Amino acid sequence: MLLLRLLLKNCLRHRLRSLLTLVGLVVAISAFGLLRTLVDAWYAGVEASASTRLVTRNAISLTFTLPLSYAERIRGVAGVSGLSWANWFGGVYITERNFFPQFAVDPESYLALYPEYGLADDQKQAFLRDRQGAIVGRKLADKFGWKVGDQIPLRGTIYPGTWTFPLRGIYDGAEPSTDEQQMFFHWKYLRESARKRAGPGSSDTVGVFIVGIDDASEAAAISQRIDALFRNSLAETLTETEKAFQLSFVSMSEAILVAIEAVSLIIIVIIMAVMANTMAMTARERLAEYATLRVLGFTPAFVSRLLIAESLLIAIAGGLAGVAATFPLAALVGRATGTLFAVFQVSHLTVGLQLLAALVIGGVASAWPAWRISRLDIVSGLRQVA
Amino acid sequence: MNAGRNLAAAAPLIRIRALSRAYRRGTQTIPVLQGVDLDVQRAEFIALMGPSGSGKSTLLNLIAGIDKPDGGRIEIAGVDIAQLGEGELADWRAAHVGFIFQFYNLLPVLSAAENVELPLLLAPLTRRERHEHVASALAMVRLTDRADHYPNELSGGQQQRVAIARALVTDPQLIVADEPTGDLDRVTGAEILALLGDLHRRLGKTIVMVTHDPKAAACAERLVHLEKGVLVDGPAAGGH
Repeated sequence: MLLLRLLLKNCLRHRLRSLLTLVGLVVAISAFGLLRTLVDAWYAGVEASASTRLVTRNAISLTFTLPLSYAERIRGVAGVSGLSWANWFGGVYITERNFFPQFAVDPESYLALYPEYGLADDQKQAFLRDRQGAIVGRKLADKFGWKVGDQIPLRGTIYPGTWTFPLRGIYDGAEPSTDEQQMFFHWKYLRESARKRAGPGSSDTVGVFIVGIDDASEAAAISQRIDALFRNSLAETLTETEKAFQLSFVSMSEAILVAIEAVSLIIIVIIMAVMANTMAMTARERLAEYATLRVLGFTPAFVSRLLIAESLLIAIAGGLAGVAATFPLAALVGRATGTLFAVFQVSHLTVGLQLLAALVIGGVASAWPAWRISRLDIVSGLRQVA
Repeated sequence: MNAGRNLAAAAPLIRIRALSRAYRRGTQTIPVLQGVDLDVQRAEFIALMGPSGSGKSTLLNLIAGIDKPDGGRIEIAGVDIAQLGEGELADWRAAHVGFIFQFYNLLPVLSAAENVELPLLLAPLTRRERHEHVASALAMVRLTDRADHYPNELSGGQQQRVAIARALVTDPQLIVADEPTGDLDRVTGAEILALLGDLHRRLGKTIVMVTHDPKAAACAERLVHLEKGVLVDGPAAGGH
């Protein structure tokens, strides 16, 4: 108890210095947490992907479509348990700033492959019945204040014209990482409307096929079997796991992500240097006290541990305050970025890394001064008083 | 058995032989103590005197086990402390030596009682036992009513009395005091010396005190003079 009191009182000895160090730690730890959350948000789609879903797209590029007629042949591949398809719509709601993803899907088969989109039964039936209807995620509905029954007008960019969708349902994600900022509507409605606008010559094409499989360990083999079916055709396919498909988007911005991660580490290194300076000053000022403790019979290791414990105590206090500050900050940033990120939530891993960073800062910052005082010559230390 | 016990009782507590210590400044070696021989009996109160740079504080530090000699032996209660390792020496100091400093060296963030309790953390005592020892040590220096005061709330004399209580609380055989009245006014210094003399008489502690002040030295039973690192014969002290 006495030693704990000594530790606490030592921490509060230079209140302004301790406060400034603490503020620095809070800023650094919360900034580290925010940047980590930003990186996590980037990877949210990857995290939300299922290992039992494959994505088949045109081998040339995602911008090239595939014939719908491939569906039956893919369904016949051994190991395939479900199949659906989707087209990227790319509509604009009022203004480009309101960006959110919209997909034209085959509703029944799509929802069967994505059980994480929780939709009330009556809303699901209403959506399936209404060929013009659409469903959206809860976050998206909340953002624009949409209610079931509202009309959602979109200006088409890939499919020109104004499209209006009556909202038939709002889905809730089963997991925190489930994207609740998407909109889905009937692929058939898109095809029929597009035919009307472009003329009967336009063929039935899809952006991607989503392939359901039962055994995740068979993913590579099934992918190969699907792609082999269409080898040397006019539209060769590339099948990969949903995770790999999502990662291909993330990899486009990998340089930015590496830069963000580097900045988050640099912040930690900077605060480590600041705190090391604080602890070095502390140790220098207290040489006589450490020497006195040594005279009383305390060992060099004990005196060093006293300094390390003080450093860790300040770092942990700063770390906890930094973690606490990260949550409201992340909420603010999440709101400010709007629908840019499907999920912007501080993960358990990020909190763990923040606390670990705080511990490392405390430990490293005190390492050098602790080593110095462990080698303190008692007589020289006592002279500091005089 | 009795003869052995008598022999042990008659043996000096401190036995120093051919003790030498030098400091190195760059390539220069400055001898501070040269071939010092000294015996201090149990329950004896000696004063080390000498001009500045004579080596008296160095000798005191060596006796207290906070410095290491370059040569010679320092036996205290039969233990050659020059041969002890860092950890052993720390344990030995905790158990056998009480140190009184010129500038008190109290930890400013701890109260008087907490400062006195510090050395007891190294002893196998319960919290209650520690508090009993602290209360008893503070009573000895007549500071019971100031137990909860912090060093900056105490006068110089009171701080030195807390430091004396801290030196006594583990009941060591040996008390070493480095200019214990050096930072105090004449009246307060006299009070501290009277307290030391009283503790020496009542508790039979062996005290080795470094001082510049002949009046302080007069409180000791024996004076030891050092000049240029060598012991010289000096006048007898006042004794008790």
